[in-house]
Amino acid sequence: MSKQTLIVIGNGMVGHHFLEQLADHPDRDCYEVIVLGEERHAAYDRVHLSEYFQGSNAADLALGTTEQYAAWGVDLRLNAQAVSLDRDRQTLMLADGTELQWDQLVLATGSYPFVPPIPGNDREHCLVYRTLDDLDAIRQSAQDATTGVVVGGGLLGLEAANALKGLDLDTAVVEFAPRLMPMQVDAEGGLLLRQKIEALGVQVLTDRATQRIEDGEASRHRMVFQDDRVLETDLIVFSAGIRPRDELAREAGLEVGERGGVVIDDQCRTSDPSILAIGEVALWKNSIFGLVGPGYQMAKAALATLTGDNLAFAGADMSTKLKLLGVDVGSIGDAHGDQKPGAKLYRYLDEVSQQYRKLVVSADGRRLLGAMLVGDNSYYDTLMQYYSNDLDLPSKPESLILPASEGGSPALGIDALPETATICSCHNVSKGDIVQCIHDGKASLGEVKDATRAASGCGGCAAQLKDVVDHEMAALGMEVSNDICEHFAYSRQELEHLVRVEGIRDFHTLRERYGKGLGCDICKPAVASILASVWNDYVLEDQHVGLQDTNDTFLANMQKDGTFSVVPRVAGGEITPDRLIVLGEVARDFNLYTKITGGQRIDLFGAKLNELPVIWQRLVDAGFETGHAYGKSVRTVKSCVGSTWCRYGVQDSVQLAIDLENRYKGVRAPHKLKLAVSGCTRECAEAQSKDVGVIATENGWNLFVAGNGGMRPRHADLFATDLDTQTLIRTIDRFLMFYIRTADRLQRTARWLENLDGGLEYVQDVILNDALGINKDLDQQMARLIEHYQCEWKTTLESPERLKRFRQLINDDSDDPNVVFVEERGQIRPANQQERAKLIPASNL
Amino acid sequence: MMTETISKAQQNRADQFAAHEEWVTIGRRSDLIPGSGVGALAGELQIALFWLPELYDTLYAVTNYCPFSGVHLIARGIVGDVGGEPVVASPLYKQHFSLLDGRCLEDPEQKLQVFQARFYRDEIQVLQRRASGKKARAAA
Repeated sequence: MSKQTLIVIGNGMVGHHFLEQLADHPDRDCYEVIVLGEERHAAYDRVHLSEYFQGSNAADLALGTTEQYAAWGVDLRLNAQAVSLDRDRQTLMLADGTELQWDQLVLATGSYPFVPPIPGNDREHCLVYRTLDDLDAIRQSAQDATTGVVVGGGLLGLEAANALKGLDLDTAVVEFAPRLMPMQVDAEGGLLLRQKIEALGVQVLTDRATQRIEDGEASRHRMVFQDDRVLETDLIVFSAGIRPRDELAREAGLEVGERGGVVIDDQCRTSDPSILAIGEVALWKNSIFGLVGPGYQMAKAALATLTGDNLAFAGADMSTKLKLLGVDVGSIGDAHGDQKPGAKLYRYLDEVSQQYRKLVVSADGRRLLGAMLVGDNSYYDTLMQYYSNDLDLPSKPESLILPASEGGSPALGIDALPETATICSCHNVSKGDIVQCIHDGKASLGEVKDATRAASGCGGCAAQLKDVVDHEMAALGMEVSNDICEHFAYSRQELEHLVRVEGIRDFHTLRERYGKGLGCDICKPAVASILASVWNDYVLEDQHVGLQDTNDTFLANMQKDGTFSVVPRVAGGEITPDRLIVLGEVARDFNLYTKITGGQRIDLFGAKLNELPVIWQRLVDAGFETGHAYGKSVRTVKSCVGSTWCRYGVQDSVQLAIDLENRYKGVRAPHKLKLAVSGCTRECAEAQSKDVGVIATENGWNLFVAGNGGMRPRHADLFATDLDTQTLIRTIDRFLMFYIRTADRLQRTARWLENLDGGLEYVQDVILNDALGINKDLDQQMARLIEHYQCEWKTTLESPERLKRFRQLINDDSDDPNVVFVEERGQIRPANQQERAKLIPASNL
Repeated sequence: MMTETISKAQQNRADQFAAHEEWVTIGRRSDLIPGSGVGALAGELQIALFWLPELYDTLYAVTNYCPFSGVHLIARGIVGDVGGEPVVASPLYKQHFSLLDGRCLEDPEQKLQVFQARFYRDEIQVLQRRASGKKARAAA
């Protein structure tokens, strides 16, 4: 059978999701797929558009790349606008005159921002907020502006206000209705929301109908309202709702709704069965769904229609949990309580701590119909479970929205949830899936996360996931234990606390007071790391040496054949030719395999134990220091060449990288730490994949944290923006120290942050606002580590007693005959088993 | 295959060494690292010595050859206990070997040879006879 031509008009989030689903479908090869995208960008994440002004770029927001599409065999055409459909001939016309034939057509054209018909709305610097190009235009316009107004106080309007605020404009929101977010909140909630947003420095004007926009006196524009009051501003962004992009369908004679939208059935079929419509352009049972979740469900249903699978679109829940301008807003089901007769309301208002909650309960008081939250979304998960699983409410439903101190009930017990309850909605993981996973032998939160992907999307369900895992493991009689090992009934955090607060300086004392037995290969290195992170004593002191992993013991990285590799510090990746020559000479003289590392330094492999001191004597004499490549410690600070050489650089990234590396060198942590500094937003140092990443801006430095490459890569989170160098360093000091204090053993910053209650915001609160009052303490601890830095190799070489350890055998100086190399590509490598059989003399076996 | 061959050779050498039953001096106390291990040559055999001052000043001796990695590096492992039994963790792939009878806790197929060792005045002495006895047989 020849392939059918499937054309998708529109390459937004929903269109992309459709293609993603198709690419995974067994029938994918039945179609020749053409995708028409009107914008110059392939599909990107519009939900997180405001991050574009907070350090993200178009690539960060991208959902699909042209390479990905090519790999799928999809013909993606960008800058391609369809202008007309001919349903009889099943052809469509592009703006450039190209005609395309389709067998199946999917409309995913989305919507456009509604601009109210106000005289003057087409003036320059009157903009909208929907696409990346819109954002570029806003940024351009904001350059010479000091004030900005958003017309529209709904969800998108507040997003836009956040963006303007991020551009340092004095921002105001003008709303036609008497309150903000009229769809999601009621009058009381709206008032509270308004107070909170005003406290953030955003002016809120409600009940304002703009009559016209004209030239301003002090600013570009003057907005004139219904009562002749005026507001001057340099920049106006319209964000007063969306309208479906149904013009193609309308002109082609497809059925459209009275207020727009292409009418679809449960199969996402339009009035012409060969044409499907999905996303914000589609009108289902007289509703347009302006959220991405329902759009994705339509995409799945539409695909099922094409492939003959059994899946229909059955409407979608519009419950949402949002953080707008930093304010929590949640809305579940019938939040206004106006859809079912006899519904009863419970309301809780606290004007002091600025929280408002409302429950909508069925007439018989047994079912939750809806809920509304302003100021604290921590109640959302439990309420959502009652709502979506149709659970029986407790006898006093109000306990669900009361603070615990006022008799509020604790969050819904995991027991009460049915197996079908969705825990992770991003990856559609139910409680039953998690329970099954534990029954299948996954015995920790981490394993369950890896197996199900739960909590790896938005992360909003992390706490609930942990509860399910802990509960189920306890139910199976599996021990839910944070004990580090059989010798200490304490977690790493607890041990760190004990060591620091009680001033314990060696393993022996800690074990005498809090442990038992001899210790083991789990607790000994963990305690060694804690001691180093608190006191930073020389790691090969008598009382510490037996605790260290082999790599730390010999200050080198043991490889598979028992030989070691040597990595001197090359701070910031900057090295003089003379030093480079020294490395080359050492490598040549000791016949070491040489490779450049990912951290911009040079790794010398194949050193035998007894060669390490001689090699290091040469290196130390030439001015090198140890690189701590062997330790769970700060490794490297990678950098680009920055403003010194690069025409795009805006700050001296090399200098900062060298300063950071010299500041933190030798700091030991629960796991290795990698840092990077980029001199401009092009990000050549790949700082956003590091534990700590710094990116230069015109005004200073943006700080990113908790990025990770490795097995499960994680994009770093933006932690703070436009810091001056001093503030940046102080912030990194505190971040690192807080991580060192609270992480589990061998937990990188990425997993630490993901598993930390409260996540990024909590850490920001601790570090930037000193929420725990520990910053001074963190500063002191870091200062002590920096003060006690020593090059461990230099110290070791000065002590003949320590050097004794660097012998394969205490009573024989000859080489270990079992270590043999062969040559490959002009260098040595360890011999493999067959080669060893030939090379090792039988007498040595 | 290769690892097996070496293991067999190890066995032979251990047998050879154990053929003479006498205490042999192979170093001094000052060669040892308290709470940790060093390598030494006993006859032609590489052994690992662990001195645990905190456990009645005991000196343990096992073969230095790790049957999993095929490398002489047991001496570089961390010593500790599992349920009270003194063990060393192989530093490459972290299997645990009992210092009492040499058996591998994770894999009953693999084990280290165990020797008696003692301090004689300041000297380290190893008995040229395997201290296996009942325990080693029981483990095998």
